Amino acid sequence: MNLQQDKVTDIKTAIRTHIKDGCHLSIGGFTINRNPMAAVYEIIRSKIRNIHLYAHSNGQGVDELIGGGCVSRLEIAYGGSGKFAPTCIRFRKAVQENSIEVEDYTNYQMTLRFLAGAMGVPFLPTRSSLGTDIVNRWGFPKEMRQTEPDIPDEKLVIMENPFQGWHDVGKVVLVPAIRPDVTIIHVQKADRRGNCRINGLAFADVEQAKAAKHVIVTCETLCDNEELKTDSEQNQIPFIHVDAVVHIPKGAYPTACYRHYDYDPKYLKNYALKARNDEEYVTYMETFIHGCRDHADLIAMIGSEQMAIISADSVTGYAKDLDRR
Amino acid sequence: MSDELEMDYTLREMMTIMAAREIKNGDIVFCGTGISMLAAMAAKNINAPESVIFFETGAMDSKLEEIPLAVADPRVMYHTSANGGLLDSFAAMQNPVTGRRVIGILGAAQIDMFGNLNSTVIGDYHSPEIRFSGSGGGCDVASFVPRSIIFMQHEKRKFVNKLDYLTSPGYLDGPRGREMAGLPQGGPVAVITDMGVMGFDDETKEMYLAGFYPGVSPQDILAKMEFSVDISRAGQAVPPTMEELELLRERCDSQRLILG
Repeated sequence: MNLQQDKVTDIKTAIRTHIKDGCHLSIGGFTINRNPMAAVYEIIRSKIRNIHLYAHSNGQGVDELIGGGCVSRLEIAYGGSGKFAPTCIRFRKAVQENSIEVEDYTNYQMTLRFLAGAMGVPFLPTRSSLGTDIVNRWGFPKEMRQTEPDIPDEKLVIMENPFQGWHDVGKVVLVPAIRPDVTIIHVQKADRRGNCRINGLAFADVEQAKAAKHVIVTCETLCDNEELKTDSEQNQIPFIHVDAVVHIPKGAYPTACYRHYDYDPKYLKNYALKARNDEEYVTYMETFIHGCRDHADLIAMIGSEQMAIISADSVTGYAKDLDRR
Repeated sequence: MSDELEMDYTLREMMTIMAAREIKNGDIVFCGTGISMLAAMAAKNINAPESVIFFETGAMDSKLEEIPLAVADPRVMYHTSANGGLLDSFAAMQNPVTGRRVIGILGAAQIDMFGNLNSTVIGDYHSPEIRFSGSGGGCDVASFVPRSIIFMQHEKRKFVNKLDYLTSPGYLDGPRGREMAGLPQGGPVAVITDMGVMGFDDETKEMYLAGFYPGVSPQDILAKMEFSVDISRAGQAVPPTMEELELLRERCDSQRLILG
């Protein structure tokens, strides 16, 4: 916990301070929306290795972290980037080539696991997945679970309802809490202390942030500490959870940021194309990630014309009639 | 399939309309990515204007003026009754008041005769030949809601005797499968494919052929499945009307992003 009044820093410092080889990380957003891409690209540029990554359905950011060679273990519900990649391409490749270890849960289970971490309880119950291979098939080797203190011994546990059938429920699945070392989220507005205001859907960002030991927030708009103290029912995350605030306009690009910009179909289509081939993927990374000093560099390379095309309409919050073919 | 038959609609349009017709006013419709969203939009624009569309991402009662390309597309966030998060949506499915009104629309890589779905791997789980996206919210929805519709392509390798991985529960191993496992009552009511529509028997919970599209015979369909199903109840499905097609093409997917 960090109660400082000013946590504003730059992305390189935030990543260097908090993201270490082998750390347990979760990132916010969902498939092609509000992934903290500027931070993801900085992690790739910094060549962080062996990350243990927790995700529900964070498509693009997860895929690029895997593609960048940063991830060795993944607990996930869904690796997809909508129509652009119904199965994330580098994720698929890494699993098929056994270069990462994977444990499968459902979206609700991953959300409950973050919530349990945020609440400080060891697990939460659900009825989801009873009778399925989510319960029966375990990805991580049992020895690994038993020897590593940061991973629970069991993937999940089935239990009889201890309240003797209360609410007509017989069995429940208990899913273990997650406490990431770091969660990174991108939000529309934050103040210098780290209070956050998200527009549109929050996904599981709030639970992910509150579950983590440390939180990095990147934001479209950085405002003074007074501003978010007004209408504060619109804030989702109070500053007590946050360690670092980084002002990065277009920080979710190429994923969308509601009321600011849409996802970039051109970028995502090109990505999907390059991701299919190892050599072309190296070229992709050299051009769009390692070839850029920072996110502003990438945005400049994409160009103001394309950024104007995807900029959000003030009524709907997305780019109306955007060519998404 | 007969080549002589002239169709003024595509198979994807037929599939979308067949699914839309399963949705009624008063249904709360959970949709996944792709054609399932289009079916929900079609129902809302054509036959069930008082249905409610929602997404696992937390968007409740979205006004879809353009087709979203993912359940987190900013288009699902516009003009909703509430924008929340994943916990809100999964609670709405389990809530004893609202949950019983939810109909889920799902897709998968493999399906078996009891409507169980695989969207995780082909081959061995630990070293798969093909890895797919995984459950996402699919297993959650299939676990919780009373009715679901499934989209599939009719191919032998997709309608299989045994799934490589059981991601989302249908009726598990038969009539008492869900109860024995501890799941709420529910399960698939229809499988909509590029050749016809399958139902599930009230007693046995086994899949049967309910309808076949014009130009397709029940035998054509059986030839595309690893397991056999009852075809005695099957009739020819009613193709989309001009009005349905116009509304689908103009109001739902004018860029043909999903219709192709």
